[in-house]
Amino acid sequence: MSDALLDVAGVTVRAGQRTLLSQVRFQARAGERLALLGPNGAGKSTLMRVLAGDLSPDAGAVSLHGRSLRHWPLAELARRRSVMLQHTPVGFPVRADEVVALGLPGRRHGNAGDPLVGELLARFGVAHLRGRAWPSLSGGEQQRVHLARVLAQIWDTPGPRLLLLDESTSALDPAQQYRVLEQLEVLAEQGDYLIVLVCHDLNLANAFASRVLMLDQGRLLADDGPRRVLTPERLAAVYGLRSRWLEHPDGSVLHVEGALE
Amino acid sequence: MRDAEPRRWPVAPTLTVLAVLLAVAAMIAALAGPLSVTPATLWQGLWYDGLGDGGGEPGYRVVRDLRLPRIVMATLVGAALASTGAALQGLFRNPLADPGLIGISAGAALGAVAVIVLGGGALGHQAIPLAAFLGALVTTFLMWRIASRGGETRVALLLLAGIAIGAIAMALTGVLTFMADDNELRTLTFWSMGSLAHSRWSDVALVAPWLLAGTLLMPLLARPLNGLMLGEQAALHLGHGVPRAKRAVMVLGAVSVGAAVAAAGQISFVGLVAPHLVRLLIGVDHRWLIPGAGLLGALLTVFADTLARTLVAPAELPIGLVMALLGGPFFLVLLLRRNGV
Repeated sequence: MSDALLDVAGVTVRAGQRTLLSQVRFQARAGERLALLGPNGAGKSTLMRVLAGDLSPDAGAVSLHGRSLRHWPLAELARRRSVMLQHTPVGFPVRADEVVALGLPGRRHGNAGDPLVGELLARFGVAHLRGRAWPSLSGGEQQRVHLARVLAQIWDTPGPRLLLLDESTSALDPAQQYRVLEQLEVLAEQGDYLIVLVCHDLNLANAFASRVLMLDQGRLLADDGPRRVLTPERLAAVYGLRSRWLEHPDGSVLHVEGALE
Repeated sequence: MRDAEPRRWPVAPTLTVLAVLLAVAAMIAALAGPLSVTPATLWQGLWYDGLGDGGGEPGYRVVRDLRLPRIVMATLVGAALASTGAALQGLFRNPLADPGLIGISAGAALGAVAVIVLGGGALGHQAIPLAAFLGALVTTFLMWRIASRGGETRVALLLLAGIAIGAIAMALTGVLTFMADDNELRTLTFWSMGSLAHSRWSDVALVAPWLLAGTLLMPLLARPLNGLMLGEQAALHLGHGVPRAKRAVMVLGAVSVGAAVAAAGQISFVGLVAPHLVRLLIGVDHRWLIPGAGLLGALLTVFADTLARTLVAPAELPIGLVMALLGGPFFLVLLLRRNGV
């Protein structure tokens, strides 16, 4: 029995004749920060759907806490894994704090006055927006409110928890992106959260992730530290990108020079 | 920016005020009418005779046998339509969804009209409400089948199917209306424009369980409906039993709207407006929105029915007409003001 929180064992997903994911396997513990990278159509979103429990793989299995996702009752699963989708439109003129309160578990459901709501909004720098109507918020503000919501859902659950974020910082300005990722890093380092983030920004992945998983055509090509995965050779092969690392004592940056001919 | 910071009224006081207003409206409805009755007469009748014949006092008997069942029916019908409207709007994530728009009540009306015109009176009067009830269930079932594939029911498809089936049902009702003779036409008006004129205690007893089912059970689905504000997938991620909630809303909706149309014909508008107004007052949490809409729906229906039977007394207006004539302009003003026009 390993101490893995998440165990992805040979997951294969097919849609008709096409194979969307092929034999993907990896394990991860609470405290890790995984960035899921790959070109469009690589299978990132499919893998996220499998990890969230929305999609049952055609072969293989995903286990959380050693228990297959398909055997988790919905409500119990919701206490231990939280998902932020790429797009979560809100149907009615809800206020920001009411959106966060939708994430609160059990009897606290819907209670916008719960102290946790204010605390989480403040954590992502949107405490001043708590009374604002949803449609009046910018895309980046909405993303930060949703982040507070998905955290509220699993905040008070004891033990290791899984947080799945699908391009959750795409609408944020660069400074906000780093601020949010720093917050998430702090959470992961406290040891209870395993964070899996899908993103397209290679430098952001490098700054945030403790592990980078590179998907291409449904296969997991690489799974290692950012510097080992994001090599110019691999980026050329997978994305068709020209790039090189600029070394600096304070931290190196990946310089993308352009697309290959 | 308009409504950048929506204010919410406190929930408990707002619901209490609505309940008190409903009681006041019911009291006015009991006393108002061609035969005006004083509170003293009512009191004496109740005190000396309970549910007996009130010592032969005609005022008391009018209230007991004619007005009171009507008030109770208006309350139950209004509450059922508005609660269902609130739940359907939540399910479809669309503030325009109401039992009338998505075809449930059109199906019910078609059932009733079919019996009136084709049954030729041979089926007896009890057959009409029964046909209305069945019409609502059949329409809902059809919508559900069309929108379900491979064990999954798509809410957007459900809404579109409902609108299409509603249009077909209305067209068929039109064909039947064309075929009807004068006598049948008069009965028909009752179903298409709504009326509580024929409500007696026996009718109330017949439909009350179905109407109450919708009103009292719908709030139990508040949490999944709240989750659905974020979309189906996000609601599942929050741990809500979405497929079950969808089924339950549709079944309860069909049952209670079917019963409402069977009892009072088509009363439009209340299922649309009551949830909308309550949402403006206390916000979007379905745990309070559904009962709040139920109270306001009951209040509006009792009020509209009182006007329907007193404005042109001793004749009566169809309540659906009164509701639309009063509610329409009010609703428009509200929309315009909120848009800062």
